Amino acid sequence: MKNKISIRMSGLGGQGVVTAAHILGAATTLDGKFCTVNPFFGAEKRLAPAESYVRISSEKINERGEILSPNIIMIFHPHVITMGKCYTMPFFDGLHKNGKILINSDEPLDLSQEELNKLNQLNAKIYYVPATRIATDIGGTELSTNMAMLGGLMGISDLVSYESIQVAITERFDGGNFVASATTAVLDNVLKSKYNEIAQLVESNMKVMEEAASVVKEFNFASSM
Amino acid sequence: MIDQRIVEPKHLFFEAERKKRFITGSEAVKEAIKRANVDMAISYPITPQSESMHLVGDLFAEGYLKEYFRGENEFAVMSEITGAAMAGVRVFTATGGPGTLRAFEMFPTWVGARLPVVCAFLTRGVNSPLTIQPDTIEMSFMLDTGMLMLHAEDAQDLYDMLLKAFIIAEQPDVHIPVGVFADGFFVTHTRETIEVAPEDIKLPSYNPYSSPVPVMDMVNAPVRQMRDPFVMKSNFISYAAHASWQQEVLAAGERARKHIDHYLNGLVESENEEADILIVASGTAVSQSREAISIAREQGINIGLVKLKSIRPFPTEEIRALTKHAKAVIVPEFNRVGWLAREVKSAVNNSDKVIGGPRVFGGMTMPVELILDEIRRCL
Repeated sequence: MKNKISIRMSGLGGQGVVTAAHILGAATTLDGKFCTVNPFFGAEKRLAPAESYVRISSEKINERGEILSPNIIMIFHPHVITMGKCYTMPFFDGLHKNGKILINSDEPLDLSQEELNKLNQLNAKIYYVPATRIATDIGGTELSTNMAMLGGLMGISDLVSYESIQVAITERFDGGNFVASATTAVLDNVLKSKYNEIAQLVESNMKVMEEAASVVKEFNFASSM
Repeated sequence: MIDQRIVEPKHLFFEAERKKRFITGSEAVKEAIKRANVDMAISYPITPQSESMHLVGDLFAEGYLKEYFRGENEFAVMSEITGAAMAGVRVFTATGGPGTLRAFEMFPTWVGARLPVVCAFLTRGVNSPLTIQPDTIEMSFMLDTGMLMLHAEDAQDLYDMLLKAFIIAEQPDVHIPVGVFADGFFVTHTRETIEVAPEDIKLPSYNPYSSPVPVMDMVNAPVRQMRDPFVMKSNFISYAAHASWQQEVLAAGERARKHIDHYLNGLVESENEEADILIVASGTAVSQSREAISIAREQGINIGLVKLKSIRPFPTEEIRALTKHAKAVIVPEFNRVGWLAREVKSAVNNSDKVIGGPRVFGGMTMPVELILDEIRRCL
């Protein structure tokens, strides 16, 4: 399937990696594309490695499980890279040629020369977005980090429409249809308690996304090599 | 109780207009049980099954089930399921991995007691070092319990197989339990688009008098089933009775073939079966194989696929016929022991042509490249 886009999201438990994948998946489905969303995590909970795999295609998707060769890698926390909190080492293992990496960090991370060389050989593009800072400043809670990361993705790709993302966020947080685990439900409640109405939650998160999309910045390899 | 219209099974399975839903495998379990007219469900949590039975608990709260509770552990749950099924109600439960092993004594007990229990096995690793990730090794242990075993490839299969399992299990000439297996995480936690029937219809209720053994009611008190059977005595007639009983249970499994054929449209599904190289697989190993086959096709390599939907009864005749002219038969599996390769080897006319592998286990995703490597070695 040549038109299939595979996205690997790596983050820490509690950051909303699973929720971000769910919203992206629901939105692309609304846009009429085929999509599968597959989270992967261990028995540990918050701050342990958590990954989600999103596959988007114009045809039915067969392959399942971990994405071993992603087109796009989203890093929700610098520790994924600096402390090896992910399922693959190095964090960009299997990245397609011309692939993209989106990293949540205020400043470019101190990647080794070897890593930079390999990424350069792959003709990879690295983008930085201060997702947690935008979530805190604009959304008023770092729980919106995952929405800022989706915003960053909107800024570097053309996979899904804002309209569908908005519908997907509303469906995810508005009442009965969604099934959350106990820990996820606790975080949902914290998030919802910050707003009087779901409409406000959605609006605030859309602002977070739009801001992230507009400030996402491409890393210049030449400056560090 | 929620008001739902009872319809013929064939209407629910084949005729009712279906709607698309973007849901997980666990939610597909909920959607199936919602329409299955289940009387009672009993749960005990274990990843990756916990969410499924939690959702069945929600169904109870919403008024779709008459009774639901959480048991003490998996052995207790399966024992309580035994009692409920003996009492003549339609029951459902689910477990997986270590939970399956903890409950194990009850599975052959269900079969021997001719209980049409439907249990979902949402599989995971069982060995030490412990893992919560997908692995199908528990299916190896289940092969000789006498239970019928269906293996779902995706959430759609899981939904369809669960609903159909009740009707297959409850046929008077079958009346033995059905395990519906699905790979943990790869199916249970994966969100994908599936099609489901309207939620205001449900299956007809279970008729306990369809049972081939005396139902436990006011005439046949429980004690008569447990204490009176002459098979518990040590004499010639009791040995003969026990032996014939075992054979009758085996025969019941064989008689299930025609019902599985009818409701699942065959024990196997195949495509491009005249190819020189065939992949024979079940569960999500089929999905990975589909991807490998489509990449191979782009490279001009022609590969056939046989998807096994029923593991017990095993589609021996079907496999023998489909693999007759194949030069090589590749069996990819998500477990260390290769139980499916052993089964396939016992079915084909020349077992030398069966390649047991690739295999991944302990939660690994099967790289499509591994299947392609195996294909290239056969060329």
